[in-house]
Amino acid sequence: MALETLIESLPSLLDGLIVTLLLTAVGILLGTTLGVVLAAGRSYASRPIAYLILIYEKVLRGIPLLVLFFLIYFGFPQIGINLDAFTAAVLGLGLRSSAYQAQIYRGAINSIPEGQIHAAFSLGMSKLKAIRHVIIPQMLRLSIPGWSNEFTILLKDTSLAFGIGVIELMRQGRYIQVRDSSLVLIVFLLIALIYFILVFSANRIMRVVEKKYQMAGYQAEAHR
Amino acid sequence: MAMLEVKDIYKSYGKVPILKGVSFTMEKEETKVIIGPSGTGKSTLLRCINQLSPPDKGQVWLDGEEITNPKTNINKMREKIGFVFQDFNLFNHLTALRNVSIGLEKVKKIEKDAAQKRALQELTRVGLEAQVGQYPAQLSGGQKQRVGIARALAMDPDVILFDEPTSALDPELIGDVLDVMKSLCGKVAMLVVTHEMGFARNVADEIIFMEGGIIVEQGSPKEMFTNAKMARTKEFLGRIGALYGEDETGG
Repeated sequence: MALETLIESLPSLLDGLIVTLLLTAVGILLGTTLGVVLAAGRSYASRPIAYLILIYEKVLRGIPLLVLFFLIYFGFPQIGINLDAFTAAVLGLGLRSSAYQAQIYRGAINSIPEGQIHAAFSLGMSKLKAIRHVIIPQMLRLSIPGWSNEFTILLKDTSLAFGIGVIELMRQGRYIQVRDSSLVLIVFLLIALIYFILVFSANRIMRVVEKKYQMAGYQAEAHR
Repeated sequence: MAMLEVKDIYKSYGKVPILKGVSFTMEKEETKVIIGPSGTGKSTLLRCINQLSPPDKGQVWLDGEEITNPKTNINKMREKIGFVFQDFNLFNHLTALRNVSIGLEKVKKIEKDAAQKRALQELTRVGLEAQVGQYPAQLSGGQKQRVGIARALAMDPDVILFDEPTSALDPELIGDVLDVMKSLCGKVAMLVVTHEMGFARNVADEIIFMEGGIIVEQGSPKEMFTNAKMARTKEFLGRIGALYGEDETGG
């Protein structure tokens, strides 16, 4: 019975969902941490370092994610780096996201008036302190819409980890399809719905965060 | 020995020379006002003093230490030099209170509660105890500038540099800021670039008239306003006095 197979398979979808959420959480954490450092480096580090960061960004933004996964998971063992599929996927997701996020943050940094860092220097802050206490807090606030976007893209792109054998939501769906191919439409509709709800909720949460951390004087919506 | 000594400062932006050998000294708690036409290098001079734009040539000494020496810890020196900006430059993401306390917390490493207590004192001193929780965008220009002054004061500087502190303000808000500055006279050294002739005349210990990147003349307000030696000084003071109504503003 197809219906029975479906009901029996539901817990496996939940397992897959948990792996998807883990991939998303670790991937975005890596991407955000690295992205902030890269953006700050690109804007404030010495020219050679800024240039290296630029190359890193260009390369990672220029490779399809699935290719990156294959390089890390199947390619790296040839140079002695063996990673399990989950780690390889998190690394691929995080590295690529860091390159995109660095762009988001750099745009935000460019919109912070130069006077802010002058004021920080005038108080006796070192460059590092000025970046940490004055630039980054403003940069993050200004980056929330772009970051939300990147978060939802990363969440959906975890499904590509299916390609290197991570048993996440997509892969669990595929297992059900293999067991009973008559379920394919309903299963992938269900999976599509799960992704949609995740993305939708994430966006709603980020709207609240955006409102909470909005800087006074940056409220364009007041003029709707 | 003078507290602040500026020796033969030169500065160009690209090929355009802005400062062509400026020297003067300041004593503890002295109030000095720099006046002169726009584009004369007054603001550049202030930025050369705290090294926001380092001079091409010349030296700046504060308390017997050479700021312009590359071996000097410039961050340490800047703690002693307050800076008040024409366009305020308050930290947009912080409340008035945190704007004033952040230097104490992050630079002077004072514990948060003590730093905020001190910040509250300084904000009260400039008449803003009711605005401590507001963000810069929620303050009027005059209030912003008074937060700017409180932020500088909280660091206990030896000298505060004021870069046209009232130029971006409505005439009716200028008075509040000038009153605060007047109240600081004799408590901390102030070097003020301004077009407020009333303030220069009544508050300054000495007025420096700059034009074309050099100091044309300097002297007490009385000498400068009634008995200037250089024809150019007389002309400028006459013109700007008529323009700004020297007897009405900030007197």
